[in-house]
Amino acid sequence: MTDLIRLTDVEKNYTRGKEKISIFDKLTMRIEQGDFVAIMGPSGSGKTTLLNLLGGTDKADKGAIEFDGKRIDNLNEGQLTAWRAANVGFIFQFYNLMPILTAAQNVELPLLLTKLAPKKRRENVATALKIVGLEDRAKHRPREMSGGQQQRVAIARAIVSDPKLLLCDEPTGDLDRTTADEILGTLQVLNRDLGKTIIMVTHDAQAAKFAKRTLHLDKGRFEQAELAA
Amino acid sequence: MASLLNQIGAVTALNVRSIPQRGWMSVASVVAVALTIAVLLFFLALSNGLSQTVKGSGADDVAIIIREGSNAELNSVVTRDQLSILTTGPGVAQRQGRPSASGELLVIVDGVKRSTSTNANMPFRGIGAEGLALRRGVRITEGRMFNPGTNEIVVGAGLLREFSGFEFGKSIRLRGTTWQIVGVFEAPGTVFESELWADIAVTQSLFNRPNVYQTMRIQLSSPDAVKAFQDWAKTDARLNGLEVLSERAYYARQASQSSAGFMFIGLVLGIMMAIGALAGALNTMYSSVAARSAEIATLRIIGFSGWAAFFGTMVEALMLSAAGGALGILLAFVAFNGRTTSTLGAGFTQLVFQFQLSGGIVFAAIVMAIVIGLVGGFFPGIRAARQRPQLELAAQ
Repeated sequence: MTDLIRLTDVEKNYTRGKEKISIFDKLTMRIEQGDFVAIMGPSGSGKTTLLNLLGGTDKADKGAIEFDGKRIDNLNEGQLTAWRAANVGFIFQFYNLMPILTAAQNVELPLLLTKLAPKKRRENVATALKIVGLEDRAKHRPREMSGGQQQRVAIARAIVSDPKLLLCDEPTGDLDRTTADEILGTLQVLNRDLGKTIIMVTHDAQAAKFAKRTLHLDKGRFEQAELAA
Repeated sequence: MASLLNQIGAVTALNVRSIPQRGWMSVASVVAVALTIAVLLFFLALSNGLSQTVKGSGADDVAIIIREGSNAELNSVVTRDQLSILTTGPGVAQRQGRPSASGELLVIVDGVKRSTSTNANMPFRGIGAEGLALRRGVRITEGRMFNPGTNEIVVGAGLLREFSGFEFGKSIRLRGTTWQIVGVFEAPGTVFESELWADIAVTQSLFNRPNVYQTMRIQLSSPDAVKAFQDWAKTDARLNGLEVLSERAYYARQASQSSAGFMFIGLVLGIMMAIGALAGALNTMYSSVAARSAEIATLRIIGFSGWAAFFGTMVEALMLSAAGGALGILLAFVAFNGRTTSTLGAGFTQLVFQFQLSGGIVFAAIVMAIVIGLVGGFFPGIRAARQRPQLELAAQ
């Protein structure tokens, strides 16, 4: 398998007043195409910061971040925005659907960034909703759906533009066990059948079991044995 | 480009459709803009109505002669001798073998304003035999014209609407003399409708101003004759100190003096209120951006550009201010456009006129509403555009 993501000696610091806080110091990791990785760790360990760096929503202070063999750490904000739209789907803990839009309209949002004609956009939206099993909820608004259904809409939104990478930030943190397992099962299907590379941040050890492997992050470092694996 | 337009359209639709979620704040913003626009329109319509009424009073081929430097008729004096000389000038029209000219005297009498029951100064004008003929568009609508040599009065319909005590058929006492109101005249859109008219000789006598004239009106053969008449008057030493103007030029000058004050008040008050409305719009839009911070962060993470967030906020602000502007304009049309009012004119007498909105005034109001919307949306739009697309913000 080829690497989809490669981080080399990445450094990331924050300043709080005069204090400099190091999140990552020479962090190195790689994730292969088609992988499904769960990242676990205590609060403040850098999980969300790592997702921001991988998704191009934040920039590293030093080091290299490569996606599909190309550096993304030296792209400017506009280029990163376009890169995100083309390559990354995001799934949030609280779904982050637009409350006044229907499920179909929410799913269509990423396609508005493309040059697809409206008819083609509608076809793609229908396909994405079908994949997550919500084709009959296309005209429902988020408040008319359960939490699990809303997260499925969010997954459809994340995959509708056919990105290679899905980044999930606590995707089951707001759901009960049964619903959470259904959502995780859907992610497994996307990984197995559609070849999506998935990186999932979670506090839930049960959720992590749905991934192919789990990385434990603590104080900005992964356990070396896991990385080697 | 198409993608950016799609993004702007989507964000704008999101913002606009979510306005009900910020209902009261949006309504307050719309009302603030509406009141600002209504107040601005009030003064501009007042100024315009006054200006149009005064301007509309003059004819191009009637010369008016006043003392040089007189801002108002009350300050002017024209002697009987000068009056006679002026009728011999070039281009003076003749009617029934006599020069069509009218020496006039304006005095002030008391009236009572119907709306407030307060006293006000009424213009009482003594006019010559040709006085009515010199004012085209004036017609007697009730009763008849006064008879020369009698203490009879005809009253303007505008004055009658706004002030009590001058009703047709009534006898009134002015300066110790009883006068009979024998007619009502209309002269739509002119200052004349705000006046009482009587015979010049009787007016001079009963107001104890014998042989005193303040102005003279002369019908000339054509508008072009005014210039020749002016040049002629300048060459005659007996007419030194007099100014000859076309009636239209005279009233245009009066109009600019009368309406400038209202225009100034309107603009100052309008700008001050616009600053208040702008503060309201800014507050609303900053609140809107804050309320949608998670939505904006989510859209930015998905790949929407900062421009889309900026323009979406701008369009929302513009729509709110446009709604306020439209409401203000509607309020102005319903509440005061075409309504009759009166104010102190250049002659320290009450002048009756109508509030008049015009295309230009409405356009100015629209421009002000747009400016409020643009400025009110610009800075919050920048804040929206600069929001970092980070997961922590999307999770809030």
